[in-house]
Amino acid sequence: MPLTLPRRGLFALEILFWIALAASFFVFPDRLYLLTQILIAALFAVSLDIALGYAGILTLGHAVFFGMGAYAAGLLAKAGWAEPLTGLALAFVLCGLVAYALSVMIVRAGELTQLMVTIAVGAIVVEIANQATPITGGSDGLQGISMWPVLGAFDFDLWGKTAFVYTFVVVLALFIVVRRMLQSPYGLALKGIHGNRKRMYALGSPVEGRLRFAYAASAAIAGVAGALLAQTTEFVGLDTLSIDRSAAVLIILVLGGTGRLYGGIVGAIVYMVVHDFFADLSPEFWMFWLGLFLMAIVMIGSGGILGGLSRLVRSERS
Amino acid sequence: MARLAATLLASALFIGQAAAAEPLKLGFVAPMSGAQAEYGLQMMNGMKTYMAQNGDSVAGREVEIIVKDSGGPNPDVAKRLTQELIVRDKVDFLVGYGFSPNAFAAAPLATDSETPLIIFNAATSSIPTKSPFIARVSMTLAQHAYGIAKWANGEDIKTVYTLYADYAPGRDANAQFTKIFTEGGGEIVGEIGVPLSSPDFGPYMQRIKDAKPDAIFMWFPSGELANTMLKAYRARGLDDDGIVALGTSDLVDDNSLDSMGEDAVGLITAAHYSAAHDSELNKAFVKAYDEVSGGSPRPNFMGVAAYDGLAAIYHVTEELGGDVSDGKKVMELLTGLTFESPRGPIEISAEDRDIVQNIYIRETKDTGEGLYNIEFETMPMVVDPGKD
Repeated sequence: MPLTLPRRGLFALEILFWIALAASFFVFPDRLYLLTQILIAALFAVSLDIALGYAGILTLGHAVFFGMGAYAAGLLAKAGWAEPLTGLALAFVLCGLVAYALSVMIVRAGELTQLMVTIAVGAIVVEIANQATPITGGSDGLQGISMWPVLGAFDFDLWGKTAFVYTFVVVLALFIVVRRMLQSPYGLALKGIHGNRKRMYALGSPVEGRLRFAYAASAAIAGVAGALLAQTTEFVGLDTLSIDRSAAVLIILVLGGTGRLYGGIVGAIVYMVVHDFFADLSPEFWMFWLGLFLMAIVMIGSGGILGGLSRLVRSERS
Repeated sequence: MARLAATLLASALFIGQAAAAEPLKLGFVAPMSGAQAEYGLQMMNGMKTYMAQNGDSVAGREVEIIVKDSGGPNPDVAKRLTQELIVRDKVDFLVGYGFSPNAFAAAPLATDSETPLIIFNAATSSIPTKSPFIARVSMTLAQHAYGIAKWANGEDIKTVYTLYADYAPGRDANAQFTKIFTEGGGEIVGEIGVPLSSPDFGPYMQRIKDAKPDAIFMWFPSGELANTMLKAYRARGLDDDGIVALGTSDLVDDNSLDSMGEDAVGLITAAHYSAAHDSELNKAFVKAYDEVSGGSPRPNFMGVAAYDGLAAIYHVTEELGGDVSDGKKVMELLTGLTFESPRGPIEISAEDRDIVQNIYIRETKDTGEGLYNIEFETMPMVVDPGKD
């Protein structure tokens, strides 16, 4: 018999979750870089969730937008304008526009074709970045980024305090926007398209337009996640664009649970913490243990961690 | 009262002793897992070999190596691990760094925290210029390309076709080779940049064969692809046409040389280290290394770099009486340091903290005890030519 949670309780739980995240700043003052990178991975996974979990667009090339955002923010800083928020805005707009243009191809394709197209686009973009060495630094990476203080007051420090607070605030703000978006009628329409596309057509829903917007929004947020990584590490490598990263974020999202808003965040926390734990325990063979762990989670049941939890705890709404 | 004073004194002494016995912490960031795990293994073995020969403590401080896996070229991971080693583990030295992007990403942290960072492999020329706290004990790719180009100039080789991996290190190797070879009066009759992901070398080799150059300069990162490239060179019969194969040690890495078989025999390459280097010190090194590794793999350039890195760290720590807390002092002592390595004499340049060392021209031969790179010509104390 699953536990039942009143609706207001669920909201309180959300607030508590974010307070706990913020409190990690004080609990783990010497792990701030890890926490920052968890938050960035979480935002990236949430962005993928919009496309994959809600809109049902299958993609194995989401790192294209992550990397594009990273390079946009990095190059802007190198070009002489190293104000962090402008970098985020540039990444957001650029990735959104590029994705909107690409979405023509993607929303018309079937699932397997979507996979193929997104992989192909990923391969092309990586090679462009590799060839454009004078601009991107190629495989040596984009060096010499030095960010200005956040809001002109908070310098990026060795301990990563500024990086964490800055990332936390940006991730939280974007998450609130995404939450609002997905809980609006628009989000409901996306779920409808995912569940039964033909029926949504029959209802007169502008299916393609909605999917294209979802893909663009998802890419724009992925771009911001990439820009955050570029700004907090002050470096951009080709790996930001790589298919490995696309696959890792997919694992994170599936681990946490797709289409559940918090799946990406929970997945990122669990994946990165477990990864860090095993890599410390056994620098040579951690992949084996991590693999075993992921398999164990999958065996527990579908829907990832949140899917498992939802079978134990129910909210009043459902 | 007297008893209290005595207790206080005793505890003060105890604290003093405890401080003196603090371990010397080395934060080691290297690829320990995945496709390039052998990098980390070579380095680890190299360090263990030095400790087996010289004891695991220096100036009364026990040496503690904190291992962190960077995987492949993952600058964000390498940067995070480096940051944690600095603020959490409070390491005295940062060591390792297999890939250039990882080293580039870590450089600002070395500067900010004034922690000395010793590069065990990353070979892009500009790395030591990115932080005054970086010293390199490995090599630069430009040194190798310079060596083989100079040698080709001295032989009866007038025209060369170049074939390289089309990413930053490959392009650097190609540019350096082309520069030196043409300055020496040679001519580059063509060049091909091959994409790094699953290339098919056959057609490229055919094109080069048809161009009939005196020699071909080949560069791919050591490993599977370099072997495939070499096989294509043999399969298309460029050797039968008398087209000499030139390369750097990446083509005939000691780590995998023995498994490459016939294809590698007769290749002319330039490098700073061969496991067959003829010196007493090297013989002792190889023997001790084999005991650590259990005989396989044999030491390669990364093993020897880690070994020399520890030699430099031991030397500096000894010199400072164990107190390496002042990064600037450590770097002062490292800069201009010269010593004898298993590869021959080396110097950490007083100019830019980069490695200065002999570059050897070698031929790969079957010695009866396996394949080895036999050195037959020495270019003494080559300064990295790749920084302009």
